[in-house]
Parts: sequence; C-alpha cells; structure tokens
Amino acid sequence: MFSDGGFWITQALNSLQLAMLLFLLSVGLSVIFGLMNFVNLAHGSFYALGAFIGYSIASQSGSFWLAFILAPLAVAAIGALIYVTLINRMRAAGPMKQVLVTFGLIFVLLDTMRYIWGNDQLGLTSGVPFTGSTELLGVTYPSYRLFIIAVGLIVFAGLYLLLEHTRLGAEVRAGVDDAETASCLGINVEGTFFIVFLIGCGLAGLAGVAALPAFSAEQGMGVGILIQTLVVVVVGGLGSLTGALIGSLLVAVTLTFGQVFIPDFAGIIMYALLLAVLLFKPEGLFPARGRA
Amino acid sequence: MRNKLAVLCAATAVALASGAVQAKEYKVGLLLPFSGVYAGLGTHIENGFQLGLEHFGGDLGDNTIVVVREDTEAKPATGLVKAKKLVLQDEVDVVAGIVSSAVLGAVRDFAHNSKTPIVVANAGNDKMTGESCSPYLIRVSFSNSQINRPMGPYLADKGVKKVYLMAPDYAAGHQMMQAFKEGFTAGGGEIVGEAYPPLRDTKDYGSYISAVKGSGADALYVFFAGGAAITFVKQYADFGLAKDIPLYGAGFLTSAAYVHVQGEAADGIVAALHYIPSLDTAENKRFQEAYQAKYGKVGSEFAVQGYDAAHLIVEAIKASGGDDEAFKAALAKIKFDGPRGPLKIDPATNNVVQNIYIFENDFQDGKVVQTVLDTAEAVQDAPNGCAF
Repeated sequence: MFSDGGFWITQALNSLQLAMLLFLLSVGLSVIFGLMNFVNLAHGSFYALGAFIGYSIASQSGSFWLAFILAPLAVAAIGALIYVTLINRMRAAGPMKQVLVTFGLIFVLLDTMRYIWGNDQLGLTSGVPFTGSTELLGVTYPSYRLFIIAVGLIVFAGLYLLLEHTRLGAEVRAGVDDAETASCLGINVEGTFFIVFLIGCGLAGLAGVAALPAFSAEQGMGVGILIQTLVVVVVGGLGSLTGALIGSLLVAVTLTFGQVFIPDFAGIIMYALLLAVLLFKPEGLFPARGRA
Repeated sequence: MRNKLAVLCAATAVALASGAVQAKEYKVGLLLPFSGVYAGLGTHIENGFQLGLEHFGGDLGDNTIVVVREDTEAKPATGLVKAKKLVLQDEVDVVAGIVSSAVLGAVRDFAHNSKTPIVVANAGNDKMTGESCSPYLIRVSFSNSQINRPMGPYLADKGVKKVYLMAPDYAAGHQMMQAFKEGFTAGGGEIVGEAYPPLRDTKDYGSYISAVKGSGADALYVFFAGGAAITFVKQYADFGLAKDIPLYGAGFLTSAAYVHVQGEAADGIVAALHYIPSLDTAENKRFQEAYQAKYGKVGSEFAVQGYDAAHLIVEAIKASGGDDEAFKAALAKIKFDGPRGPLKIDPATNNVVQNIYIFENDFQDGKVVQTVLDTAEAVQDAPNGCAF
C-alpha cells in the first residue's frame, strides 16, 4: 500500500482538499482575531449557516451555482446584523466577556437553525456540478474535491492581492501591526474591522456551501469544525494570510496521514501538533504581529 | 352516537366483569434526546411512540396513559438526572426511549435498584442484555450484534473471501464489527484490514477510503449512522470504489431516515436491518400510511422502535389488570406482529427476538428503492452472561 505512488497522491490531494476548507474558515477568524483581539467562537456557526442557506437556495431554485453565490452573501448579511446588534457593543468589553457572548451566540444560532431546518440531515441530491471522478496523475479522484481545492486556491490568491495591493489591505496590515498608531494616522480601524468581519463571515459561509455536496448539512456541524479551525489559527499564528494557509496545510496533512499511519491516535494527533507548536513557537508559525 | 354508546356499555360491562379493575392513570416517562447530536433520532422515536399510543391505546377501558417527556441531550449525566426526576418526582410507572448506549449505561443501575422498568427504544449495546442485563431493562429495538450476525454467513455464502472493516471507534462500532467478523470468518472468510475512525472528530473519510483501495479486499463492510453515514456513503461513491469493492454494512448506513439524502450514492449497497419501510405486511402498511399522513415523512426504523415501544406498554397494561407488579412482569412477556414483523421479548435476556432483513438499495428514477434479498428469521442473541 505505502509503496504505491497512487496512494501518496490520493492522500496528498485529500490533505489539500481538507486544508482548503479549513483555510476558508480560519482566514477570517485569524484576521479578525489578529486585527482586533476579538475571539469569535460563533465563527463555526456561520459555516453551518452557509450550508443550510445554500441547501435552501439550491433546493428551491434547482441551481447549485445560485446557492454558491448567494449563500455567502446571505451569511455576510447575517454577520452584519450580528455585528451591529451584538459584537459592536462588546468591542471594549475585554476578551473574557467576548468569549462568553460569542459562546452563547453559538447556542442561539444552533437553536435558530434547528427551528428553521429541523433535526434531520439535509443534502443535495441533484443539480450538483462535478459529480463523478477524474483521472489525475494516475489516480481516480472525486472531481468535486478538485473543485474545492480550486476554490481555496482562488480565494487565497484573491485575498493576497487584496491585502498586498489595495488600500483596504494596507489598512488591515497597519491595523494588525499596531491599531493605535494606525488609528492616529487617520485610518478608520473600526470600519476596517467591520469589513474584515463581513469578509470572514462570507468566507465561512462559502466554506459551508462548498462542503454541502461532499458532506451534508446537519445541526452541530459548526461546532464540530470550530475546534479544528481554532487549532489552525493558533498553529498558523494570528492575523496573517500565510499563517492561515500554512496552518491549514499542516493540520490537514497531520490529520489525513495520521489517520492512515497511526489510526489508534487519529483522535489526538491534531492536538499533538498544537502542543508542539505551542511549546516551541507559542506565538504560532507566522504571526502577523511582531515580525520586526 | 348509538353505536358509540353501545361500545361504551360493552366496555364497561367487560371492565365490571373482570372484577378488580380500577381506573388507573399510567405515567410513561419518555426519555429521549431532543437536543444535541441525536435530536433527529429522538424526534423520530417520539413521533412513532405517539402514533403507537393512538393506534393501540384506544381500548384501555378506564385506564389512561399520560406521557411526560424529558430531554437527555444524549449526555449520560443529564440522562441520569432526568431519569431520577421522572421516577422520583413525576412517579412514572415506566420509562421509554433512550437513544445513546452511554445514557443507558448511566441509567441502568438506578432503574435496576429503583425497580423502574425501562423499555429501551434504541440503545443497542450488547452488554445491556448480556452481562449487565436487568429484569427491568426490556429492549424492543435491537442489539448491535443481532443486526450484524446474519451478514457474516451471508457474505461468506456469496463467495466473498476478503473483507475490510470500518466503523466509528466506540462500543457500538466494535460490537457490530465483531459480530460480523465471527460469522464471516467461521464461514471461511478473511478480514484483510480494519479501521476505526474517531466517532466525533472525523469529518472526512477520504483518507480511510483511499487506504481500502490498496488492501486487496473484495468487499467493504461498515457501520456508520446519521451524518457520518451520509458523508461516508457519498465519499465512497465519489472515490469510485463501487466497481471493484462493493459496500456492505449494518443497515443504519442507508437508513430510511436519510437514504433520500444519499440518493444515487446509495445505489447497490447491501445491508442488514430489523426494519425497512418497504416491508409488505398489513401492520407496516397501516403504520406507514398513518405516519406519512401525520408527519409528512417516511417512518424510519427509529420511528418503528418508538411505535413498538408504545404498543408493548399498552399490551402490558391490558395484560396486567391494573396491578403494578403484574404490569412490570408483563412487559417482558409481550409478543405481537409489528410493522417489522413478528416480535417477542427473549425471557433469557429481555432483548427483542426479531427478523433481520438483508436488503439492497437501488437508485431508480431519482429515488432509492429498498428490496429485501433475504430474511434471517427470529434472530436471537445468546445470553452472553445474562442471569436475572
């Protein structure tokens, strides 16, 4: 099995696919965290919302692509509502209260989703693009997973351009580096934070709707993915795009190959990685702050 | 009107003739997860239970049944607190439900010591009708090994030589695989690999499925349920294993509760279960018609477990003549034909004795059709250390 080249390629693709999903989730969380020291534990709930809203749009309209575009926007809109009503008020409250409030928000959103979509698992049975599998580098691999990989890479490229080559990106980088100085220089850090928050919510929603055809929408999916996302953020370091990408890849490779080579430890191997990073590089591998 | 009056008179006459019958209010504590990961199953069982009371609870004479529901959240500690509340505060006569075997394990000693009968409507841990059995635990659902035992000889007889096993890493997963393995290896089969992914943390089975490809297996035998089953079946189809390594398993893999979500991915899977909605019996027809009319969904095996639990309790009330001790004793002696076919409680273990259906999923015209290929009749567990 291990001498078979196809095995390595398949597992590498599996890692990459999982990494892209984790990247979509963690990049928003990481930048929000890094920019404003704001921990949004309800971030996983936006992932679930993306899947459920995507399910409703796709099953009503019959078009997955419509869901793929509208669901992230809808999730960003819900994010805006939550920001205005709740998060904005908690900005000055300190991390402990923020954690408590967003922790409570998980349950509010969970029960709201249960009320709307019920307790049964939902999944798309028709209209899904890229069904079946593709021959790639000598292995048969599910086409839809290749699509997820492509989406992740495109989002990474887009965010890179946004951060490095636009005014908003410069403001975000300045805000992450030193919010107070940036503010003194006339940058509206609060406004920047709001936009970053919306982009983060939208990307979580995008991850949700992208995951829908390969997995299924079910209550609790947001809570389930949250842990892995937080591990990515801590491993990668706060506030940086590179950190989120490298963190996602590391966690995904560890999980995927760990499951195959040491299956008895599959449940804890991700935490071993977390522990190792915390011991040797407690600020994460690529933190945005303190590079100098 | 006159007819109704006549029925009432007749009922009264029967009640008077049987002597000591007094009007009694039976309290049933429905102990189910209404929130948490098993909330969906809790709803199915409750729906089935309510329908069972409607169908069978109508002719109890002066006796009435009241249902008190409590949410276990599928957590052992919460389940125990709620069980104590039902027994000590609400003073229920019988508890029904319990989805998670971990909750059943937590509640078992309390039920046994307080002599409160529990009609188990899901939790399948073999031990609960084996070494940890109690005269107060009556299981109307299934045991983990019962579902899987007929599949071992079935696959061996079909000429399948090498099988790869996969199930979540917890008691049910291991018990189900063990029961299959024993029958399969006794029939000359060989297990070429096993994988037990973590129960909650596994979101992606891609790496596990990829590993099966190179193992030399003729077939894959698995147990997954709920969201994991949907994900697994879809990913199995995505990786294109179906043409070389067919998928078999415990029937929860393609449960009626979610096989429509799996759709085409479920095509060709052969599995074993104690109930599928397409069984052709009068009792099942009645159940499915009423269930679909009332809840707008196909009745799953979980709904049937709730339905039969209600049926069992009603029959025990009828058989007991209003006496509490007689009621408790009667629960374990009931037999009837339910939607899943003939069913009785095994006096040696208090586990249900029932048919196991080996069925195939066919995807036709946008729907999954389940057809019975073979029936293992009256499958009964060995006592496995149970002594009352």
